[in-house]
Amino acid sequence: MTIEVLMPALSPTMEEGTLAKWTVKPGDAVKSGDVIAEIETDKATMEVEAVEEGTVGKLLVEEGAEGVKVNAPIAILLEEGEDESALEGAGSGGGKAKADDAEESDDDSGEDDAPETKASDVSAGAVESESKRQMHTRPAASDPEVPEGTDMVSTTVRDALRDAMAEEMRRDDTVFVMGEEVAEYQGAYKVTRGLLDEFGPKRVVDTPITEHGFAGVGVGAAFGGLRPVVEFMTFNFAMQAIDHLINSAAKTLYMSGGQMGCPIVFRGPNGAASRVGAQHSHDYSSWYANVPGLKVIAPYDSADAKGLLKAAIRDPNPVIFLEHELIYGESFDVPDVDDWVLPIGKAKVRREGSDVTITAHSRMVGFALEAAEKLAEEGIEAEVIDLRTLRPLDTETIIESVKKTNRLVCAEEGWGRMGVGAEISAVVTAEAFDYLDAPPARVHQKDVPLPYAANLEKLSLPGVEDIIAAAKAVCYAE
Amino acid sequence: MATKRSTSSSSSSKSSRGAAKLPVGKEDVLAWYEDMLLIRRFEEKAGQLYGMGLIAGFCHLYIGQEAVVVGVQGALEEGDQVITGYRDHGHMLAAGMTANGVMAELTGREGGYSKGKGGSMHMFSREKQFFGGHGIVGAQVALGTGLAFADQYKENKKVCATYFGDGAANQGQVYESFNMAKLWNLPVIYIIENNQYAMGTSVKRASSEVELYKRGISFGIPGEAVDGMNVIAVYEAAKKAVEHARSGKGPYILEMKTYRYRGHSMSDPAKYRTRDEVNEYRDHKDPIDQARKLIVEHKFADEDALKEIDKKIKDIVSKSADFAQESPEPDPSELYTDVLIETDA
Repeated sequence: MTIEVLMPALSPTMEEGTLAKWTVKPGDAVKSGDVIAEIETDKATMEVEAVEEGTVGKLLVEEGAEGVKVNAPIAILLEEGEDESALEGAGSGGGKAKADDAEESDDDSGEDDAPETKASDVSAGAVESESKRQMHTRPAASDPEVPEGTDMVSTTVRDALRDAMAEEMRRDDTVFVMGEEVAEYQGAYKVTRGLLDEFGPKRVVDTPITEHGFAGVGVGAAFGGLRPVVEFMTFNFAMQAIDHLINSAAKTLYMSGGQMGCPIVFRGPNGAASRVGAQHSHDYSSWYANVPGLKVIAPYDSADAKGLLKAAIRDPNPVIFLEHELIYGESFDVPDVDDWVLPIGKAKVRREGSDVTITAHSRMVGFALEAAEKLAEEGIEAEVIDLRTLRPLDTETIIESVKKTNRLVCAEEGWGRMGVGAEISAVVTAEAFDYLDAPPARVHQKDVPLPYAANLEKLSLPGVEDIIAAAKAVCYAE
Repeated sequence: MATKRSTSSSSSSKSSRGAAKLPVGKEDVLAWYEDMLLIRRFEEKAGQLYGMGLIAGFCHLYIGQEAVVVGVQGALEEGDQVITGYRDHGHMLAAGMTANGVMAELTGREGGYSKGKGGSMHMFSREKQFFGGHGIVGAQVALGTGLAFADQYKENKKVCATYFGDGAANQGQVYESFNMAKLWNLPVIYIIENNQYAMGTSVKRASSEVELYKRGISFGIPGEAVDGMNVIAVYEAAKKAVEHARSGKGPYILEMKTYRYRGHSMSDPAKYRTRDEVNEYRDHKDPIDQARKLIVEHKFADEDALKEIDKKIKDIVSKSADFAQESPEPDPSELYTDVLIETDA
């Protein structure tokens, strides 16, 4: 059986090329790897190597021929024991087996008659609604009931987070904590205080200042069967490591066809601190919430911080857990129950109201609640939704609320462009357009790097007054 | 000590005819020959399918470097992990993954290791302890260090073979990883596959210190340069490195001096080097030719038996190409699977 040499594609986009030069002639013996021709494309000249052993029987394309289509036969090789008589009939479709299939299913797909190429070409509409389903999962679970008579213990957010890690480390010995100053220093913000004493240096690991490296080490350890909790001293420094958070942690399950689960939590303070300037004050909520393959949590109070961090550590997926330095020291009640775990992907209505829906997460929830109290004094009843999880986003709770209030204000600490509020506004506009009595409003940081000067910092960050103003605007109140 | 060249101490490098004492027996040499040949033929076939438009995107062939993975794999034991960059087909075949599954991933089909969702650069097999297949230059170095961290944590006496190229050797995270690996004495072997070109840039043009095995010195990590075209030399160096890591002494660096015959990827015309340079390797240093010579010298197999092996390999590869074309494209419903592991919540 003769072997056809086909015009090769030398790049993902090449469709045809020029056969610039033959470096063999009929009768030459070739072995795999020998250069047999040179081909020119619009980008480069490339050498074509033989991939089979044999004797050149016939050259089917002349030197200098232009516009030779990819996959067209260009030469015929004779296999061991064959002579020229084998050439008869070859070159016109005789000796090709697999190449044929390729041409039919790949080359002519412009005609749209190949069912398998059509199959992957799902209509845009179908993809859109599917993607909605995917991104904003409807959470099945709701918060666990707190039995009547349960003690409520006033706890700082800082200690609630520590308690969550300690409980999960007691429960599962593959859980460990790593990061800068988490062990001997007891945590840069004291969130890991006491963990080293209880669990020892094997499970509470001080790393060098090497975010890119230890984020990768953490992901590798998760691939290797552990459950790392990786602390970033702040998420500002995680920008050095973001490649591993996204390319390694978030995408590998998909790229491996479901084999490479990555049960890891990246946690630490996110967003503005106090007078630390632009590089230490960045809110990354929308960055991470943009990425499929991640779960993104940003709790406000101590009970949520504890219940959601425990859930995050148990989750088989990579979780970005965004804390806030300025609420670490605030105290809130935490139910004194054995195992306080909250569902990921479920928002919480913090205050009921009939006139306007305000969404917020992390520290902005406090501002939204304060704004709601002040608005109530002026006769506007705001419903405050604490998003708690940004991905998957609990759109159901938001939409249900807007159907009732007909007005929406989205508050976040970060920049507004392409932000969390932009996403919520788009979802509500698409899914509850007929219920809206005003265009959704967004409250966010001013579109500048966060300044250091006290007055400018204050002007830049969103606060209670901004939320009140936005709520009044969508209510068309003075 | 940290910078000894294995070639000077290796008994196998003395090419006294027929009498060279080998560190391994006939079975190993024949098996390695077969493995290298499988990789060579597989890659040639992949190149061919790429030319036919059946494989798309980026496709980096391993031709020329076969002795590196095969020799290292020979020094590993079951349960040890392997992780590498995007020139990964050879590593997968050496780790025991099937030619069918790898080729079908190259064609983006359901029967591929990642169900067609990963492609040439992103394949994995938990069963064979192969952890990818990573497309970001240098990322696998930190990840491999993390796999070794897990080994140490679990006290399972396993090691992680972490491969990267001369290009990745200039990435910052490589040194962050070296530092932690030695700081914690993690059981990791760093194998630098120095094929002399990072895409089109030669080591000389990119590296202030071209002896890459010295890159661990400031971390206290021993390193060695190895003739990466000689599977026996690779095996001996790897064996020593693996024993070092497994015994708790921490990481080890092996710089494999090797060469890729093809371009960086399929669309690289490789104009940055001469044909003579390529031919010098291909004609005089080819790892498969060297192994074949060894087999003949030691009378491990005669010409007929070698032909039999050729035929067997050709058959495996040809079947994998058939499988890779017959396996259907993934079902459209696969678009939304494997984004997250499903949970109750």
